Amino acid sequence: MAQKNNRRSKIVGTDIEVDVTEKKDIIIESHDEDHEHNHHHKDTFITKYIFSIDHKMISKQYLITGLIMGIVGIAMSLLFRLQLAWPEESFGIFDVLLGKWATDGVMDPNVYLALVTIHGTIMVFFVLTAGLSGTFSNLLIPLQIGARDMASGFLNMISYWLFFLSSAIMIASLFVEAGPAAAGWTIYPPLSALPQAQPGSAAGMTLWLVSMALFIASSLLAALNYIVTVLNLRTEGMTMTRLPLTIWAFLVTAIIGVVSFPVLLSAALLLIMDRSFGTSFFLSDIFIQGEVLHYQGGSPVLFEHLFWFLGHPEVYIVLLPALGIASEVISTNARKPIFGYRAMVGSILAIAFLSTIVWGHHMFITGMNPFLGSVFTFTTLLIAIPSAVKAFNYITTIWKGNIQFNPGMLFAIGLVSTFISGGLTGIILGDSALDINLHDTYFVVAHFHLVMGISALYGLFAGVYHWYPRMFGRMMNKNLGYIHFWITAISAYGVFFPMHFVGMAGLPRRYYTNTNFPYFDDVANINVVITLFALLAGAAQLVFLYNFISSMFYGKKSVKNPWKSNTLEWTAPIKHMHGNWPGKIPHVFRWPYDYSKPGAKDDFIPQNVPLKKGEKELQH
Amino acid sequence: MTLLLVLTSLILISIAVWQLTKILELSKPLDYENNEIATDKDNDMQGKLMFLFLIFIYALTIFSFFKYGDVILPESASVHGENYDRLLWFSFSIIFFVQTITQALLYYFAFKYRGNKKRKALFFADSNFLEGVWTIIPTIALAGLILYGLFTWVDIMTIEENDEAIVVELYAQQFNWKVRYAGEDGVLGDANVRFLQDYNGKNLVGIDPTDRNGDDDIVVQELHLPVDREVVFRIRSQDVLHSAFMPHFRAQMNAVPGMINQFAFIPNTTTQDMRLRPEIVEKVRKINKIRFDKSEELVASGDFPLDPYEFDFLLLCNKVCGASHYNMQMKIIVETEEDFNKWIDQQITFKEFVQ
Repeated sequence: MAQKNNRRSKIVGTDIEVDVTEKKDIIIESHDEDHEHNHHHKDTFITKYIFSIDHKMISKQYLITGLIMGIVGIAMSLLFRLQLAWPEESFGIFDVLLGKWATDGVMDPNVYLALVTIHGTIMVFFVLTAGLSGTFSNLLIPLQIGARDMASGFLNMISYWLFFLSSAIMIASLFVEAGPAAAGWTIYPPLSALPQAQPGSAAGMTLWLVSMALFIASSLLAALNYIVTVLNLRTEGMTMTRLPLTIWAFLVTAIIGVVSFPVLLSAALLLIMDRSFGTSFFLSDIFIQGEVLHYQGGSPVLFEHLFWFLGHPEVYIVLLPALGIASEVISTNARKPIFGYRAMVGSILAIAFLSTIVWGHHMFITGMNPFLGSVFTFTTLLIAIPSAVKAFNYITTIWKGNIQFNPGMLFAIGLVSTFISGGLTGIILGDSALDINLHDTYFVVAHFHLVMGISALYGLFAGVYHWYPRMFGRMMNKNLGYIHFWITAISAYGVFFPMHFVGMAGLPRRYYTNTNFPYFDDVANINVVITLFALLAGAAQLVFLYNFISSMFYGKKSVKNPWKSNTLEWTAPIKHMHGNWPGKIPHVFRWPYDYSKPGAKDDFIPQNVPLKKGEKELQH
Repeated sequence: MTLLLVLTSLILISIAVWQLTKILELSKPLDYENNEIATDKDNDMQGKLMFLFLIFIYALTIFSFFKYGDVILPESASVHGENYDRLLWFSFSIIFFVQTITQALLYYFAFKYRGNKKRKALFFADSNFLEGVWTIIPTIALAGLILYGLFTWVDIMTIEENDEAIVVELYAQQFNWKVRYAGEDGVLGDANVRFLQDYNGKNLVGIDPTDRNGDDDIVVQELHLPVDREVVFRIRSQDVLHSAFMPHFRAQMNAVPGMINQFAFIPNTTTQDMRLRPEIVEKVRKINKIRFDKSEELVASGDFPLDPYEFDFLLLCNKVCGASHYNMQMKIIVETEEDFNKWIDQQITFKEFVQ
């Protein structure tokens, strides 16, 4: 199966290089035969639903795994929010879920740190990297560029199963004797390296590192596949400047991943060496639990550099796909071309480039040379320029539009809003001088949750609502979608706007309670408000889950192109089939944003519709 | 009790959601064929909600400033902190302005251009002029912010060696701080964790016994600082990462095992003067009211009441360091030079302590 698929990709791959149309048709024809043949071969349950090499099935696998991880991650945040609002009070739910780690229902400080750590890890990597980028890159890259499948369906399958394995290990780590990793999602050594320093740095940390190593392997395989597919398997006429912005975002995201994830792998491996094999990459001069350790000459700051060399680009690995989805959803639903296509592509590239040279802004006060701090301030604040271009281009896209408020559109607009609100406070935190007093306070927590957490989640939701018909052939209930959006939108601002004030009061993050000494007693009531909004937000996600699952079985059957969109995925039949299109792959004649073009009959012209006589293609 | 409260509110919310969907479903005409794609009516409704949401964002902002504005840190108690605060509020006013305008545009356009069958969108794909505008204006604004920020940063981080400054070591360990003064010679003795077990564990911060500079060093558990004099902190850790965070002075630097980090500032307000500042008086009053209410509960259940709170500067740990991270703090007392000298004369030196 895999070999056949590889051969198929090769055929399609060469067909790009062949210029003579006649010859090309022959190749496509032979390919279709191959495809028909494939169809006769009965898929077993296992090859269709489990070890599938079909990109559409893999994308569903990513989505569902991501959502399950998301439930775990969000539930954890609700648990520690309860502790923060009503510190050291007894909750029955802690007793049930945390067992021996919550004696009499009171959460243990070590567990608080573990929850914070695993919440961060799961949300950043498992939900927003794999769940968002994995789902939509897999679904949309072949469908929107006009390819039968990914360049290598087999590697694609392996990448999903490595992700599944790494999720399983991360979840398993919750059940080890001393508890899961608890050093914060940034797992700075020596805290993460020394089991003497905290219980979470024992077996839980080992599992965390193993899980992440597998995760990185998974995302590298996936990213290489995405890059090769986008560069080589575009259908005839699909030039790079006719690519939908989603594909540009996925392509650039994959490139950033290939550049930066290996560095995190090296950090993880060196940390494993320090933990288990006695090396001293990150450790030096340590006295703990009454004894001097043998480590000499390493530096924790080195780990911070390695970690953030991935850690910062990771923000954009999470965000760019969300922005790509927003571009597509906003343009389609505003019935207007995306404003400034070239500027959008340019800003994606600029953000990607800059994202790899700003990691030091997480480290202004680590003891790094202040001169380096100046350099990183400079590069960091520059990122605001392409980001501003994107924000204004979105706003201009909806200006004088004919906005169709489908649920996906609501989330896309919400994304632009939180991207602006959260991005702006980044201008404060990226300034090394101002970071001195705001570093690691709740101000940072509020900032990054809005700009990357909420924005990317909105991107995920926008994508799910928008492409659900494409994935499952049915529509999601729009009224439940509206309720989901409005409760989420209100509670997201309700949680994170007041949180800036907690940070400006000087309260450090990752504190088990703020009432152990009196100074922060007056922020306790803000914490209660935040927690109430968080619970409300959590409840809203149940609406989504219900809608997601029930629509799969009882949703209205979808028509082929429900949103009247231009991109190629809507030209393929709804029926789930290998190879995406029966017969020939559609050719592309125009860019994907011909919405409401003057002189056209409809307010949309799909990419596979040839130019009319005398019609000019926009010089975008 | 609270659990019950939370559970009831969750149940109420789910009932509300359930009812809302029912109403929405019932309100549809019966013959209408619902295909789950937004209709003109949906567009109208959602567009108006967009506008309401804009009002919600503004209201939340105003409410938060009004209600929570008083928890923000008081004006700085250090010299460089005044520049810091100026830069902070300057940056805030810029981003606040941008936030107000852009959110208004976004949600107002969403409201104004809500779709219907009759409307046709404007085919407007590009404008070099507009894109130029919103590339150049942010560039200018950011250039200003970068320059202003970098001057402030360099100013804060440049530590000039001078005889006037006192040198203080902040020593971090799970989960407390220790302070070492350089003593009369003004020089801290060399130190390393390898010396911690000397003198039966009385060598609290690992001073090298062979380094004579260390003899007159003073190790204490309380941080006293003279007002209006530069303090150069040398920051160490013996086990994991910690961070010496002194929010009232706009000062922070990580404590890294194996490294000695530095930060310097000049405190310009004594603890006494700080306690008299109106905003601090108000804050203390508020906190004491909270504590008084809590005390009443405690007394009712047979516990001791809480002590009344008095303002003190704090040194906090701001890098997660383990289970008791949240309680790794220390009082900072800023006092007149006289009081400081009186206090430090009473302390015993390292040599006296270990003998």
